[in-house]
Amino acid sequence: MPATFTRTPAEIDRKDTGIGGKPPVDRRPTGGGGGDDNWDNHPQGRRGPRELLTRYRLGLFFGLAGDLMFFIALVSAFFVRQNAGHFDLRDNYVSDWHPLAIPPILWINTAVLLLSSLSIEMARQHLFHEVDVMEEWLGLGRPAVRRASPWLIATTVLGSLFLLGQWIAWQQLSSQGLNFTTTQNSHFFYLITAVHGIHLILGILALMIALCALFLLRRVEMRQIVVDCTAWYWHTMGIFWIFLFVLLTCFQ
Amino acid sequence: MGADRIWWMPPDGALHGIAIDRLMWWNLVALSVLFILAHLFLFAALIRRKKTTSANAASPLKWELVPLILLIVIYAWMAISAQQLWAVIRYQGAAPQALQVEVTGRQFQWYFRYPGQDGVFGKLKPDLINAPAGNPLGLDRTDPHSADDIVSSVLVLPAGREVDLGIRSIDVIHGFFIPGMRVKQNAVPGMEMHIHFTPSVPGDYPILCSQVCGSGHARMQAHLRVVSTEEYQSWLMSHTPLQSDGAGQ
Amino acid sequence: MMRRWPFTTDHRAIAIAYLLLSLFAVAVGTVLSVFMRIHIIAPNLKLPFWGVVPPEGYLALVTMHGTLMVFFVLTTAPVNGLASLVLPAQIGARRMALPLLNAAGFWLTTLSLIVLLSAFFVPGGAPISGWTNYPPLSAIAAAGPGQATGMDLWLVSIGIFCLASILSSINLLTTIISKRCSGMTLMRMPLTIWAWLVTAILIVFAFSILLAAVVMLLSDRHFATSFFVPPGEVIDGALVALHANGSPMLWLHLFWFFGHPEVYIAILPAMGLTSSLLANFTRRPVFGYGFMVTTTVAIGLLGLMVWGHHMFVSGMNPYAGTAFALTTMAIAVPSSAKVLGWLAMLWRGRDSRVHPLPTPMLFTLGFLSFFITGGLTGPILAQPVLDAYLHNTYFVVAHFHLIMAMAGMFSLFAAIYYWFPLMTGRLMSEAMGKWHFWLSLIGAYGTFFPMHFAGLAGLPRHYAQLTGSTSTLGSLLPLQTGITHSALFLATAQLLFLINIVWSTLRGQPAGSNPWRATTMEWSPVEKGCMVVYGPYEYRFDGNSEDFVPQRVLETEQE
Repeated sequence: MPATFTRTPAEIDRKDTGIGGKPPVDRRPTGGGGGDDNWDNHPQGRRGPRELLTRYRLGLFFGLAGDLMFFIALVSAFFVRQNAGHFDLRDNYVSDWHPLAIPPILWINTAVLLLSSLSIEMARQHLFHEVDVMEEWLGLGRPAVRRASPWLIATTVLGSLFLLGQWIAWQQLSSQGLNFTTTQNSHFFYLITAVHGIHLILGILALMIALCALFLLRRVEMRQIVVDCTAWYWHTMGIFWIFLFVLLTCFQ
Repeated sequence: MGADRIWWMPPDGALHGIAIDRLMWWNLVALSVLFILAHLFLFAALIRRKKTTSANAASPLKWELVPLILLIVIYAWMAISAQQLWAVIRYQGAAPQALQVEVTGRQFQWYFRYPGQDGVFGKLKPDLINAPAGNPLGLDRTDPHSADDIVSSVLVLPAGREVDLGIRSIDVIHGFFIPGMRVKQNAVPGMEMHIHFTPSVPGDYPILCSQVCGSGHARMQAHLRVVSTEEYQSWLMSHTPLQSDGAGQ
Repeated sequence: MMRRWPFTTDHRAIAIAYLLLSLFAVAVGTVLSVFMRIHIIAPNLKLPFWGVVPPEGYLALVTMHGTLMVFFVLTTAPVNGLASLVLPAQIGARRMALPLLNAAGFWLTTLSLIVLLSAFFVPGGAPISGWTNYPPLSAIAAAGPGQATGMDLWLVSIGIFCLASILSSINLLTTIISKRCSGMTLMRMPLTIWAWLVTAILIVFAFSILLAAVVMLLSDRHFATSFFVPPGEVIDGALVALHANGSPMLWLHLFWFFGHPEVYIAILPAMGLTSSLLANFTRRPVFGYGFMVTTTVAIGLLGLMVWGHHMFVSGMNPYAGTAFALTTMAIAVPSSAKVLGWLAMLWRGRDSRVHPLPTPMLFTLGFLSFFITGGLTGPILAQPVLDAYLHNTYFVVAHFHLIMAMAGMFSLFAAIYYWFPLMTGRLMSEAMGKWHFWLSLIGAYGTFFPMHFAGLAGLPRHYAQLTGSTSTLGSLLPLQTGITHSALFLATAQLLFLINIVWSTLRGQPAGSNPWRATTMEWSPVEKGCMVVYGPYEYRFDGNSEDFVPQRVLETEQE
């Protein structure tokens, strides 16, 4: 059983204030609820408009840092494999790295993904728009939600289009005879796009949850947090994709 | 140091081993001294009682900086002396006239291949590997150079001559380790690593596998026999495969 | 309002759950190691579950022992278990920043353990390639018994474990950064918090790389890729299906880029705890707080740059070997600095230390001793030319067992004895604790110190038996017998710890709110409000009194 923690008794400050000094001050911590400027008297989670948001953003940041390391591992493997040729007996450089011509649809997919970043940013901005937030907080309907949701839906559609485009790219490669296992190079193409695709599927799931949350959650702050974190995750996946795209296009 | 034993190490039989053993000895002595000193200090700190009470001043940082700087000097000496030896042993390849032997590891056996009279190793093909039929390395018999290659499960080397071992593996990573020669190198499939040394003391030295390679890892052992040059020549002669036209014997 | 247990997100309940999980893992791991030791000296003895242990059974024991201990004991307990218990209180928070992540981490770790242990029961048995699982042995199912389903289960288990660790670390980092109470500046945090901060960053970096490596190895095994397998592999006389040009060296680099920070993950919390406990029991502030923080961060940073010292003879470029040798020797400097700092604390505090030394302090001293002994063999192994002889011999086994297993474990023991009152409100029995300490100290030195000599004699690791065509190994049998007897002694001594835990939970002496008269805030948590004015180790010593100023002050000191 976890121990019950003993509480040290609160004491009233009885400092000697000297001649003509201030009266004794009662500094007992009040039970909960703010009411003054003392940070500690406010329960955690209610210490300011941005406190919870900062905390969740921080958590997301660290998670994405780990994710970045994961992608870096894949990319390093890519470079190692690329440079793993050797010199044969006649000093010729022998390597089995066959550069892959990426299907052109990947350019369209990239554009679609960038557009989707724009749309989710619009959604995020709407949700933080002060006037609308104020109205929601006062209970006067949900104008911010109403303005943001179409953008969220647009992002979901664009994201799905991106995934569809990736699938088409796979089909195109496959019809050229380049499957997952055909060459070293095709391993990496499929692996990198697949891993990124899985992250994007998770992003779309998050988007759908965010959409539902917009209508089901009752606290303004929580709605902002859900969409904000989803948006930052989405942006990061977009940035990762740009790097991966450059890798696949220019560094083969 | 010569044939003296450094603590528990087997006697050294290689030329470079003398310097390595000396380095090892100094390292072990230095670290043992530090070990004893540290523990003496630990006990002393716990047992000793001072008569007067000490003031509450923080001890000057210099009491820690001096031993730290001493330790840094010791570590730097270790690193530099070791790097010099490492550079000599590993940075350059073997001398051009070194004896060439190819070492192949497979589960759970070491094979040694000598290039024979023509001095050139024959080609190998993995799909020709067939140990029960007498071709454990997959020698390509159509290659003229492979006719005189000697494949042995004992490594026989002449004393006093530098040898260049090409270490490779056909299945998993093995570790080629001759404690008495102070050499170790992993045998990695897909790569051939070269190490070189000069065996100087005749004798029989165990060869062990130092990288876990499967259920037979503990019994994957072989022998290195360092013999005189004449013995080595006669061993080579007696093992040269008969040519189909009768030559070579 | 605590929810029903399986769904709780209360950090203290999760902490106890983590610690119980680690206790189970260490018990299983210890039993496996006892079997290993017995098999080495008596290969034909019948053991439970296996009967006569075949060579692959021995290797399976080794692999699972290493995996359980490194992951489920030395990563889970000091980081997740102990941090969940005290981290929020030590920084003045009431709960973790992301308690759901904390709970998710625990449940994923449990799932990971179950998947791992199931490898014993599948056809072929547990994997045999060591906890490091170098391919192609780990990439080709036909390469050995246990390398089929057993290996897959290992990979899945560790993949889940990576996710669990990363999630927990995200929680720890977010908590440390965003939930410190007012006045708790970075330079007023207890050193345990600093240790967890650096450790959590290392976890996020290192485990992500391991996850990528595991995914790639699974891909090689099941999706016919060749990240790690070169062409022309012949296993058991049969040519393995054509692989494109993979490289086993890629796995080594990825794995050890994870593997080296992993050992710092295991030891940094112990170092932070040692500083805290030495301060507590010598009744003196930590020697050079800023200095200790700097060395902690330096070790974390340098720890990311030394991984090649596991690979000096692996086929890596010798110039790279030199580079890694230099960084590895460099990391000896902050580690030595820490040890000197602790020794200075002991020397300074000799008049003031608590009498008699309570069990947590004994185990802290044991940690110091093992850390010194195990750490001193590091500089030898950091020199490539000497490591070329000692790599993968029992010398290395001695090194990491002394510094990770024994020092790390002793620090965990110290933590449990120290924080037991927080978990149960009672103190653990001092008498049993002292016996536990002394018997373990003797048993541990008796078990691991002689291994240095076996390594110098050239005995490689992972050898199931001491026979073979060469006679030198057989001559080590007396040494190995002594080691085994000592290991049995050590393992039996741990029963005292288990008995102590059970007995003290039921009938231990009630502890009061701050039995060790510590300054850090886990001993005086307050439900509402917190203001920190002092540093974390304001132990005042005058004459022989044991005065101290707790870090938390209820009243703010304003003029």
